[in-house]
Amino acid sequence: MADQPPLSLYVPEPAVRPGDTPDFSNVIIPKAGSVDRPPVDADPESLRDLAFSIIRVLNRKGEAVGPWAGLLTADELLEGLKHMMTLRAFDARMQTAQRQGKTSFYMQHMGEEAVSCAFRKALEPGDMNFPTYRQAGLLIAGGYPMVDMMNQIYSNEADPLKGRQLPIMYSSKEHGFFSISGNLGTQFVQAVGWAMASAIKNDTRIAAGWIGDGSTAESDFHAALVFASTYRAPVVLNIVNNQWAISTFQGIARGGAGTFAARGLGFGIPSLRVDGNDYLAVHAVAKWAVERARRNLGPTLVEYVTYRVGAHSTSDDPSAYRPKAESDAWPLGDPVLRLKNHLIKIGAWSDERHTQAEAEILDTVIAAQKEAEKHGTLHTGGKPSTRDMFEGVYEEMPPHLRRQRQQAGV
Amino acid sequence: MPRMTMIEAIRDALDVSMGRDEGVVVFGEDVGYFGGVFRCTAGLQQKYGRTRCFDAPISELGIVGTAIGMAAYGLKPCVEVQFADYVYPAYDQIVSEAARLRYRSNGQFTCPMVIRMPTGGGIFGGQTHSQSPEALFTHVSGLKVVEPSNPVDAKGLLIAAIEDPDPVIFLEPKRLYNGPFDGHHDQPVTPWSKHALGEVEAGHYTVPLGKAAVRREGSALTVLTYGTMVYVAEAAARETGIDAEIIDLRTLLPLDLDTITASVRKTGRCVVVHEATLTSGFGAELAALVQQHCFYNLEAPIARVTGWDTPYPHAQEWDYFPGPVRLGEAMREVME
Repeated sequence: MADQPPLSLYVPEPAVRPGDTPDFSNVIIPKAGSVDRPPVDADPESLRDLAFSIIRVLNRKGEAVGPWAGLLTADELLEGLKHMMTLRAFDARMQTAQRQGKTSFYMQHMGEEAVSCAFRKALEPGDMNFPTYRQAGLLIAGGYPMVDMMNQIYSNEADPLKGRQLPIMYSSKEHGFFSISGNLGTQFVQAVGWAMASAIKNDTRIAAGWIGDGSTAESDFHAALVFASTYRAPVVLNIVNNQWAISTFQGIARGGAGTFAARGLGFGIPSLRVDGNDYLAVHAVAKWAVERARRNLGPTLVEYVTYRVGAHSTSDDPSAYRPKAESDAWPLGDPVLRLKNHLIKIGAWSDERHTQAEAEILDTVIAAQKEAEKHGTLHTGGKPSTRDMFEGVYEEMPPHLRRQRQQAGV
Repeated sequence: MPRMTMIEAIRDALDVSMGRDEGVVVFGEDVGYFGGVFRCTAGLQQKYGRTRCFDAPISELGIVGTAIGMAAYGLKPCVEVQFADYVYPAYDQIVSEAARLRYRSNGQFTCPMVIRMPTGGGIFGGQTHSQSPEALFTHVSGLKVVEPSNPVDAKGLLIAAIEDPDPVIFLEPKRLYNGPFDGHHDQPVTPWSKHALGEVEAGHYTVPLGKAAVRREGSALTVLTYGTMVYVAEAAARETGIDAEIIDLRTLLPLDLDTITASVRKTGRCVVVHEATLTSGFGAELAALVQQHCFYNLEAPIARVTGWDTPYPHAQEWDYFPGPVRLGEAMREVME
């Protein structure tokens, strides 16, 4: 062994850092329409290639092509476009509101709007999402009132969560949106349990778990895959790979595996990769996976390949860890622009109508914001009571909390 | 009335609960076909089917995490963690998720679930099969923490825990499964069949959470304890001749402060006893509460008799275990 060199530790680094020229040459983008659409009851073993490709529908010319195209009408696509535009306008207003000191914290979706907005339209009433902090499109596309979202963000007197949660950690059972934890990954395995419960009760409802590329490194992710695989839970397990976990590039969580979707293969779970910036592709793959769950065929793992254009949250500055122009170089483009171009291509939309819709949507968002601000913002106006702080820890308040509430003088 | 061991009483509680409510599901490692390493779930899969009682992968995180999802759905999962020592991989799911779900969702989602786990030593289990982690759970807002000391309570408390709308940590002192062990490890243990609290009512009944029981009335000093130490305290009282009042807390959170303060105000002396390690143990909370609420009644400093602040050893188990001799000495000191 004397002639062996000593060991050395490998620590992966992204290809580029601030000051470098953005480079996505390692992201292989298959042509739109080139990936097969197998039947939902296909043998998982026959689907392995889907974990290494990218399912795409919209091509560079704005056409919808291939076997995953043709599921949505022009009206449905137009609705989808408006959901994404609404989410983007909502984000812009709330990001600014945070900068103005109206709340403590915000997280935007820029570049990832298609993922949650399109997925939501594949679900039925009664289904349940177990989201992360970057799937507010599930609420927007699910008809949850923006003013309630803002009340939560402002932690004001009308906050449905009584000021107990960090901004954007929404919860709406009625809209199939499980309470966001803020702890990473925990919801993924809970989604599996919820789905198992539906199967135990012989119901027809299915669950969708959500996780980011970075958080797939958590044990919760692996536990979720074991349980989903073992009990064939009716669940869609979604990984949103937006390339960045705060400042950490996705290679740190992914390790030596080719893709995040490939994680599912060892569990015998059909695993697909999809163009996360392609509204039609996201929706088509979601439909496919939801149908598998509904038909009791078991779980599906889906990796959405996308890019986080903005900062992780209002608490970090991406120019400190990645090239400034990296988002411009992202090869899958902008989800809003791509759907807009497609709608223009098929004659259902125009630049003028788009500009007009942008203005109308902004008006709606501003109106909701004005309404919400009547109930206060984090530091001004109405706020949840100190009494609310003591309520709801248990269904019935135990004696020690009653004593503490009394001590607090409320 | 039927006579039961603590294992049989726990199994009976699960059986009664599963029979009354289709939403009660039971799972954990080795829990299904085999019926659990301590046999607490024996026969339940055969009776209620594989979707109500089943084996889980060796993932405490997965067991508790899926149970939270099931509870949010509307089921009432009662899961088993094979030893309390194994619960740590699930700790985040318990502390950050189960305990806070009601609060953070303002009641939209709740988590009515029970996590059963055998606790404590005295079985030569070494450091990974002997721990008493109750204080790690009593420190968490949103949980309830229960530890029965006999078959009657085990059944009634477990049914109450399953019916409770909030998550309950249910600690089962494994050294008591077959009889009221009093710390005299060199002597045979009386089986539950010869103990009054081994006579367990058939069918459905509950013992309410949050209520302590006075196991021995006395006037000289108060012993605050729970689980295995209840019988160690009884032995110490017998052997020292000190007229101790022994309080079995049964539920640690929420705590029955009224029963505690009434007793210490009467006796004026207090010894706190648990098997878990001393520093930041639940005894510290008990001592603080007693001095706060009974300060002017106290004739002597409050004493704590606990496991030492070391990992639970193997060969030195009986040097570690706070048995009747150590407790007796502490009681005598408090009486001086």
